[in-house]
Amino acid sequence: MTVLSTPVGIATSAADTLRRRPGADMAGAAFKWLLIGATVFATGFLAVLLGVMIVDGWDVLSGNLVHFLTHGFSQRSATDAGVWQGIIGSLQVALVTGVFAIPIGIATAIYLVEYAEGSRFARLVELNIRNLAGVPSIVYGLLGLAVFVKTLSGFTQGKTVIAGGMTLAAMVLPIVVITSVEALKAVPSSLREAAYGVGATKWEVLSRQVLPAAMSTILTGTVLSLARALGEAAPLILVGAATGFLRFGDANFAETFTGPYTALPVLILNFAQQPGDDWGTNAAAASVVILVLVLMVNGVAIYLRNRFEKQW
Amino acid sequence: MSPSPASTLSAADLRTSPGRRARSALARWLFLLAAAATVLVSALIIWTVVSEAWTFISQVAFDKLADIGWFPRRGLFDLSTLLVNSAQISLIAMAVAVPSGFGSAVYLSEYAHPRVRRVMKPTLELLASVPSVVLGVFAISFITPSILSPFFSEINFFNKLAAGIAVGLLVIPLIASIAEDALRAVPVSLREASAGLGARKITTSIRVVLPAAMSGLMAATVVGFSRAIGETMVVTIASGGGDTSLFNLSWMESGGTITSAMASLGLGTDQVAGNDLAFQSLYFLGALLFVITLGLNMIGDQIVRRLREKY
Repeated sequence: MTVLSTPVGIATSAADTLRRRPGADMAGAAFKWLLIGATVFATGFLAVLLGVMIVDGWDVLSGNLVHFLTHGFSQRSATDAGVWQGIIGSLQVALVTGVFAIPIGIATAIYLVEYAEGSRFARLVELNIRNLAGVPSIVYGLLGLAVFVKTLSGFTQGKTVIAGGMTLAAMVLPIVVITSVEALKAVPSSLREAAYGVGATKWEVLSRQVLPAAMSTILTGTVLSLARALGEAAPLILVGAATGFLRFGDANFAETFTGPYTALPVLILNFAQQPGDDWGTNAAAASVVILVLVLMVNGVAIYLRNRFEKQW
Repeated sequence: MSPSPASTLSAADLRTSPGRRARSALARWLFLLAAAATVLVSALIIWTVVSEAWTFISQVAFDKLADIGWFPRRGLFDLSTLLVNSAQISLIAMAVAVPSGFGSAVYLSEYAHPRVRRVMKPTLELLASVPSVVLGVFAISFITPSILSPFFSEINFFNKLAAGIAVGLLVIPLIASIAEDALRAVPVSLREASAGLGARKITTSIRVVLPAAMSGLMAATVVGFSRAIGETMVVTIASGGGDTSLFNLSWMESGGTITSAMASLGLGTDQVAGNDLAFQSLYFLGALLFVITLGLNMIGDQIVRRLREKY
């Protein structure tokens, strides 16, 4: 029994009272493990997803991969069918998407941050971008069908890679703008002031100082947006990516931009909708292909960010 | 007369060459043009969707909007079928995504070691980029046969439950990311004050941090719900593959949503046969979807603005 009358005794007793008894915080421990479980569930399913797709698509991935990657679609038999046209189509669409979305997106961000911050027009553009970011992808397909396929058919030649790419460009535009705005805002104003101080015009300040400084972050954002475009199928269905057999004939690469096309995610939809296990195997194998493609592009983006990230 | 050098230096001398000024002015106009183009995209979306949808509304017989199901090529456009299916699948998705998304957000912002956090955040970003068709395939090749069938023997191969779970998996990264931002915006001083009063970590997390971040968490839920309603490919593959859909409330049956009905109509845009209005119904559904998601996103914005505590 400790004597409570001495200061040391009182302190020891208080410390005893305050000390956490082993096992007393059961709720806290349970809560923590619940949270860890939620996090593992949220992130771990990527591994499950990849594993399931590899197992399901193993027949194609192990024995038939070269044929699968280098041959076109075939309606007749699942084992003849390949994803070559889908890969080429997806890359073409992503190229057109980049050509339209990247310059317009970055230019919009420059206007918002460098020229018009706080003006009424800038607030309108900002609100508009925020709302566009929440519009479901398939609605962009309606825009593409009505405007890019029909109204602008003189330029796009109808249901072509160009129309598809422009549609996806409209879809990823908000992502490019938002990431570019953040990148530009992170450039310290001292850099701009120094350039103005030695007599540079606004264009020179932007093109020689601000843009090079922000470029790595902007690049990351645009690469991520292209990854999004690579995986998107819903709008492409509406603007006419073919889901069935495609004959390129002897069209050269340039001509395929204005002919019928398909894209990898659209092919996966087609595989998944065919009856029979063979097609299921194809769908799984094609899913592995697109996952590898998208994860690679994302890897590039994350590498760019880590490689060139600046601390101001 | 020999004027001092200072007095001969006029404004014209300080002004730079016309070429440099012209380039700067030109650049400004190009940037302005790009910003205007983004507004044009919105205007075009609204214009095309509304004008074609109006054709549908003005020509459709209103009793066809409430019938036995969604059979666009036979002229039956029962909206309740699609709305109920969209709501059911999105609610299942939220039941999956909200606990898991919030849980991982609380873990990453309150508990995780910085090193764990540095690995987990990019992993969540990576998850957000998984193509939705892949999750659709996952739903029919794994979720239904391996997870649901053992428990529900009479479940349909295509069913709303599997579609909802897959959509939920897709929405988790979005919800987790918005929720984590909200939690990290809660000032450290609140946590320190709570700990100073002797609160355990669990008490601080649940009674102090979560309530302070409530607006952000609600916004995450609303925005996630909006994303779930707009998700197309998962539902098209796993639940609503056909272009027709009979009204049903069972989550073990297949059923088309607003989005999957649009995709199915789109798959046959060249061959839309039968009813003349089938093509316009595509735009009508688009208008409906646009209004619903825009409304939800604006509510999300409002919640953030209304409830945001000023620290």
